[in-house]
Amino acid sequence: MRKYVSQKIEHMQPSGIRAFFDLVLGMKDVVSLGVGEPDFVTPWQIREAGIYSLEQGFTSYTSNKGLYKLRLSLHRFLKSRYGLDYSPEDEILITVGVSEGLDLAVRSIVEPQDKVLIPTPCYVSYGPVVEMVGGVAVFIDTSKDNFKLTPRALEKNIDKHTKALILNYPTNPTGVSYTKKELLALNDVLQRYGILCISDEVYDMLSYDFEHTPFPALPKAKPRTVYLNGFSKGYAMTGWRIGYACGPKDIISAMTKIHQYTIMCVSITSQMAACEALVSGVAAAQEMKHEYQKRREFFIAGLNRIGLSCVKPQGAFYAFASVKNTGLSSMDFSRKLLEREKVAVVPGNAFGENGEGFVRMSYASGIDNLKEALLRIERFLKTKGRCNNG
Amino acid sequence: MVLLDLNFNLVYTNILSSFIYRKWKFLQGGVDMDEILKILEKDGRRSPEEIARMLKKRPEAVRKAIKKYEEDGVILSYKAVINKELVKEAKTEVRALIEVKVIPEKDVGFDRIAQRIYSFPEVSSCYLLSGGYDLLLIVEGRDLHSVARFVAEKLAPMENVKGTTTHFLLKKYKEDGIILKSRQENKRVAISY
Repeated sequence: MRKYVSQKIEHMQPSGIRAFFDLVLGMKDVVSLGVGEPDFVTPWQIREAGIYSLEQGFTSYTSNKGLYKLRLSLHRFLKSRYGLDYSPEDEILITVGVSEGLDLAVRSIVEPQDKVLIPTPCYVSYGPVVEMVGGVAVFIDTSKDNFKLTPRALEKNIDKHTKALILNYPTNPTGVSYTKKELLALNDVLQRYGILCISDEVYDMLSYDFEHTPFPALPKAKPRTVYLNGFSKGYAMTGWRIGYACGPKDIISAMTKIHQYTIMCVSITSQMAACEALVSGVAAAQEMKHEYQKRREFFIAGLNRIGLSCVKPQGAFYAFASVKNTGLSSMDFSRKLLEREKVAVVPGNAFGENGEGFVRMSYASGIDNLKEALLRIERFLKTKGRCNNG
Repeated sequence: MVLLDLNFNLVYTNILSSFIYRKWKFLQGGVDMDEILKILEKDGRRSPEEIARMLKKRPEAVRKAIKKYEEDGVILSYKAVINKELVKEAKTEVRALIEVKVIPEKDVGFDRIAQRIYSFPEVSSCYLLSGGYDLLLIVEGRDLHSVARFVAEKLAPMENVKGTTTHFLLKKYKEDGIILKSRQENKRVAISY
């Protein structure tokens, strides 16, 4: 029989842990630390704005780039928050979450055989998105450097085919982030070699230990940066699927072309809600951040107490804990923990092979849930040796 | 009108408690206890150890702070918020909001008459308001008749009480920031990137 699936997609590796995900989804009474989204519902003011827009009859397409009103609000927001100056006319594009923004950015700049640098462990889509357009994903192992890309590792991986770096901070899955000083050093290297930075900063509102510095705010970085952000994490709006891309005119214009042929525009309901998020959602976002911060202290202290070490996350809502001293692989640890104690975590190798030996635990979960999970993990760690032999 | 009055009253009590709190904080020598109160206000069951972990403080310091809050009357009590509509045996209980017009007295203003009224165990809350009437009471009783009897036999005949208006509560939607609905199920998938 004739095969209809294209060779390229046929050969694309599906996520190796899908079977594990299926196992979790089929189980009941699981205490889950496996969720990559806020546990808060979108603040009411924002939901109400979405509902109101429907009542008012806003049900049409919008401009491909997104509602002007939203782009203008974003322009003002970025200017007042970070001093970033992106023109609402032609330097901002509203996207279906950062996922679409990333795909558009990569498709707009990568030619076959171009190399794109990706520090790992990293979010699952980076590699496949690069490979789908025929680019070469160059994974840089950060696990020896506390999961941070160093200027040295960056420079070592650059050659004449290198076109871009995909940077994500605060980082999913490790929770690490970069200080301004660290970013300046990375920016120096990129500038020296003329390499573009695709900066995924969707967790920027969840930076706990220091002020978040957006990459394009660094000296001379703006013309070489595609800045990606969205409403999902900061405003608990994951299901609305809305984000934005900011960058140099030519790149945003290229991205808009692909966007107009594939997506057309983001749902107008989500765009109207996002407008409200920038007005009344900021305080609510601050409140949520505050809550995550308390959970972080609680959870990391708990992990240390039961003997699972992890680099202290500076942002997002993940702890990337080492399970090496249990003698189990990430996958075995996760599967056994799920089977014995019904606690769901995500095996670190889901985020690249350098994530092996770690598991991602999300603390976007109530204190009681975290407490229960810690209890169960502790019990698991205590009995593990005995069960292993059996 | 009544709503406006209630708002005023809320603002008033907030100002008052924040004043007490600021004064208290000053006495504490600048240690930021604000967070402990915030946590306890949301969930009174959190133990000092848990709070200490959340705020990166020593459990002993948190315990001491809570004790001081209790002694100073900043924390008055701990209680569960119960949705009585779901409790079978409590279903017959009724609540009423009662507006009371009173005649203030020389030197003591409304305080003496207020005290006479709020001392009744039937009165669960008592506020002095600006506007069309003076005191707002929340009165609880086994049934309609017991509340009506309280008003007719105890409250209305008092010497300084000029008049009362009783509003029986039909349904509670939200109370003290808590929306009274049965537990909502988790809508997130258990695992995602």
